[in-house]
Amino acid sequence: MIELENVAYSYGGGELFSNVSLRLAPGSFHFLTGPSGAGKTTLLKLCYGELTATAGHVRLFGINRRTIDRDQISDVRRRVGVVHQDCQFLDHLSVAENVALPLTVAGRADEAGDYLQDLMAWVGLTQQAGQLPPELSGGERQRAALARAVIMSPEMVIADEPTGNVDWEMSQRLIKLLVELNRMGKSVLVATHDMNLIRATKAQVQARVLRLKGGRLQVAGSDL
Amino acid sequence: MNINIGRTLSLLAGDASADRAVPPTGFTARLTVFTSGAMAFLAVFALALSLATGRLAERWASELAQTSTLRISAPEDQLDAQTKAALRVLEQTPGVAEARELSDDEQRALLEPWFGPDIPVESLPIPRLIEIVETSDGMDATGLRARLQAEVPGAILDDHTRWREPLVAAANRLRLLGVVSIALILTAMGAMITLAAQAALSANAQVVRVMRLVGARDAYIAGAFVRRFTLRALSGAAVGTVFGVLAVTLLPSSDVAAGFLTGLGFQGTGWLWPLVIPPLAAIIAFAATRNAALRNLRNQS
Repeated sequence: MIELENVAYSYGGGELFSNVSLRLAPGSFHFLTGPSGAGKTTLLKLCYGELTATAGHVRLFGINRRTIDRDQISDVRRRVGVVHQDCQFLDHLSVAENVALPLTVAGRADEAGDYLQDLMAWVGLTQQAGQLPPELSGGERQRAALARAVIMSPEMVIADEPTGNVDWEMSQRLIKLLVELNRMGKSVLVATHDMNLIRATKAQVQARVLRLKGGRLQVAGSDL
Repeated sequence: MNINIGRTLSLLAGDASADRAVPPTGFTARLTVFTSGAMAFLAVFALALSLATGRLAERWASELAQTSTLRISAPEDQLDAQTKAALRVLEQTPGVAEARELSDDEQRALLEPWFGPDIPVESLPIPRLIEIVETSDGMDATGLRARLQAEVPGAILDDHTRWREPLVAAANRLRLLGVVSIALILTAMGAMITLAAQAALSANAQVVRVMRLVGARDAYIAGAFVRRFTLRALSGAAVGTVFGVLAVTLLPSSDVAAGFLTGLGFQGTGWLWPLVIPPLAAIIAFAATRNAALRNLRNQS
């Protein structure tokens, strides 16, 4: 599905990481952890094509990132749902319109209907559908972002610190939604530095934990 | 400029959801409407100038090209004889459709602007004038001059070439100036709309980023801006054109005084030409915004 082979990324003259190899297979669940500034968000961006690796090969659904054209990048983003740490909403549109935005830009807005209502109910935001994003709490914003990430029925969901700004109870709720997605056959990749959350999740689903540290990607040990 | 037809049509096709995704930007909207209106207003005048000078050039060319004047200066006792001899020569000259001596009243009318209405033409030693109207094939002016020199020594043929050519050249240059003015006006409008579009794209950088993150293609994002700016330019230019045409109709009629500036305006089917300005403004806005938007989006990632 998504493959990274001996990938390196340099920024501002310095190398953020190198020799990173990773294969995200269908139905897999991965956590990406590591200290702040290690390059977790950058690695995620490589996985959904927002950035291009400075060395190595990235294949997105079998297509080499270096040869991909701009329309193909848009197609990749329709197959990979992304939950950003800062959510990235259009503040002048309602929550429901923001959630439906991927369908809208794909010219499939008429498909939203009941599916959108079900999705809003799934993330517990039925009452907030008509509100504007700035009116939502941190947890509600993250759930809305998750709903937007999955509305296109993507093959993969990538979440960047989805629980970074919410309390433990809301973290559990978000992770439960991600686990449900994984059980539906979606691949899930979550960047987090919350070890307790990783342990709680591993109790529910078979997840692989990757650690990005010192410019290298390692598979975490059994301590997690 | 390589324009993909499918992509162009997709940019033109309406999509309310895309328009809604990009919030309206008041400053650029007002700038585009005002610029289009002002430029269309000026374009109407440039068009009127171009059409008027075109008519003038054609009139001068056609009126003067088919006529000549024969001036006979001779001692008073020979003047009648030389005039008759000249008329006889002209009757026999191929290419001359009509030749007639101007009457005293006609000569008086010609001199009136300079000497007043009561000039005693009969008692003044002024030359006799013969107006020559040529056939469509024209006459051999060089051959006629040679024959007149031999038979009517006091005759001087003026075929108006000396006057006609610079006048027609001047009128044609004025017409060219009008066309160049229109081109410059439209180019300036395109430049202003490009700047307004770039300002709108910069103001909506976050919106563009979010739309790209959720899978929007460049054509979809650009389309929202292109449609908006095209419609603004069309409406602004329509208003500017209406005001321009109204202003032209308020200019003094050419019947009131026969000066060039009073003839500045539209005649007959020429009134239809201003209708071209709003669609042309819309086409320019479409191309300017499309190029600005796609270039901006390509530079973003």
